[in-house]
Amino acid sequence: MAKQILLNNIEVPGLAGFDVYRQLGGYSAVEKALKDFTPDQVTDEVKKSGLRGRGGAGFPAGMKWGFIDKKNPTRYFVCNFDESEPGTFKDRFLGQMNPHQLIEGMILGSYALGARSSYIYIRGELFYVLKILEKAIDEAYRNGFLGENIKGSGYSLDLYVHPGAGAYICGEETALLESLEGKRGNPRIKPPFPAVVGLYGCPTVVNNVETIAALPWIMNNGGEAYAAIGIGNSKGTKLISACGHINKPGVYEIELGLPVEEFIYSDEYCGGIRNGNKLKAVVAGGSSVPILPASLILKTAAGEPRLMSYESLADGGFATGTMLGSGGFIVMDDTTCIVKNLLTFSRFYHHESCGQCSPCREGTGWIEKILTRIENGRGTMKDIDLLVNIARHVEGNTICPLGDAAAWPVASAIRHFREEFEEHVKLQRCPLSK
Amino acid sequence: MEDKNNITAFNAGTLALVNQIIKRYPEGRQKSALLPVLHIAQSENNGWLSSEVMDYVATLLDLQPIEVYEVASFYSMFNLQPVGNCVIEVCQTGPCWLKGAEEIVAHYEKRLGIKVGETTADGKFTLKTVECLAACGNAPVLQVGTEYHEHLTIQKADQLLDKWEAENKISHTNPYL
Repeated sequence: MAKQILLNNIEVPGLAGFDVYRQLGGYSAVEKALKDFTPDQVTDEVKKSGLRGRGGAGFPAGMKWGFIDKKNPTRYFVCNFDESEPGTFKDRFLGQMNPHQLIEGMILGSYALGARSSYIYIRGELFYVLKILEKAIDEAYRNGFLGENIKGSGYSLDLYVHPGAGAYICGEETALLESLEGKRGNPRIKPPFPAVVGLYGCPTVVNNVETIAALPWIMNNGGEAYAAIGIGNSKGTKLISACGHINKPGVYEIELGLPVEEFIYSDEYCGGIRNGNKLKAVVAGGSSVPILPASLILKTAAGEPRLMSYESLADGGFATGTMLGSGGFIVMDDTTCIVKNLLTFSRFYHHESCGQCSPCREGTGWIEKILTRIENGRGTMKDIDLLVNIARHVEGNTICPLGDAAAWPVASAIRHFREEFEEHVKLQRCPLSK
Repeated sequence: MEDKNNITAFNAGTLALVNQIIKRYPEGRQKSALLPVLHIAQSENNGWLSSEVMDYVATLLDLQPIEVYEVASFYSMFNLQPVGNCVIEVCQTGPCWLKGAEEIVAHYEKRLGIKVGETTADGKFTLKTVECLAACGNAPVLQVGTEYHEHLTIQKADQLLDKWEAENKISHTNPYL
């Protein structure tokens, strides 16, 4: 049972309230950090923990903090709560069930980075979670954990929640900063990275909700204790939001390194495939990562058991592997049309492309159009190769990773399920549609 | 804001909320308040942003009108055309599709007698499909205003619609209140 760091108190009634959170030891990490640790020492603990960015990129969080330009006296710490990657619903769960854990993490990160004003950017659809967070922030102010001179430490911090308004692209950190400045969510060209030029031109670190929520535990128990959990360079625990054709969809905290087979079939987690159906495919880390057929998600190409870790899921590269990504784990049984599933993803990326780079703006539209043609029985064999070709020309040719995210699902679906695309063309209809 | 197309001004309570939001950002960075203020303005203008409303928001935040238009047109939650009193937004992305979102949409189209993107003749309902609402474990999912409705079935979708019809549901309430 790995419910040890992020979800250990999740079933306690009233956890969203300050008093219950405090009784369970909440805010002790802030007290400890402000009393006994310099900001750089807090950063050192995070570096030692090996904690990696949980939004999807998996970049080491401590290293990201280390890049912040401390010459500028005004610095910002921003929480990315723009959770929008299809298949991913872990941050919503954390934010609404345990808002103070996120706030405590925000205080720790802000202290380490020297931020005096910090922002939680939450997607606009989740206004009801914004209100839960604002209520919890009010409680934290009233109890002296936010505002002027926190607990007599001399450190002051203001924390605000900022709503988006419906744009997946704002989950990309520079687009998020643009949006927070009241502009269209067009990603910026990097470098300069936000650690040097971020919010309002000031050094800024943007971290995901789940990353920040792990900070109190790391501060309380030490970075080394965190690094002792997990496997290889996949330290600690990860939230996996599992959905699709499984018996028990939901948010699970796993120790990194858990076998994929155990995660799918064990009653502790997904509980197997619905109606006793056969597993057909899995998208393991949010819609952007390559889809894998059942054979390759359960075992690597070398026949080793596939594990839920950054390294094991990536084993084999994109030829036979995928990515841990955001932990959005989408399971499909043998009734699923891979072409139609891909079409819903491609429609999503077309809708969400910001329009700044032509390969993505145009390419995502072409992909959606061709997939619609194939799914509706009007495709040709040439269309399948055309899709591969377009995906190749979108990938790597855009300012931000949305282009890659749109291309990878297409390339991988055709790589592993080409015969299903061909069958659509031959039959001139979807073989699986009702 | 009685006129369906022309905003006059926020009332004192709303203005106080707007001023409180502006203070969250550094001096001279009041443009940061644009998304929150547009959410509020839309909720007070029958669920959509007319050019008059956007001009008013520009005045409030000391921006050029074009700065408001270009932002309002970028984000999918802002409606630039009138909508019905109750906007039903059904998620259609992969995980919801896997669990039957298309059946929910087709059922609402049939019951309301409209297609996705349209508003009923009596102005009560607008039906939309939206992209991933980040509630995939409880798919299929829909949103009405700030409410999420999850684990949808045809039966549950019917019950919800019956309820909204009976109570003359208005989905565009001030999300901060």
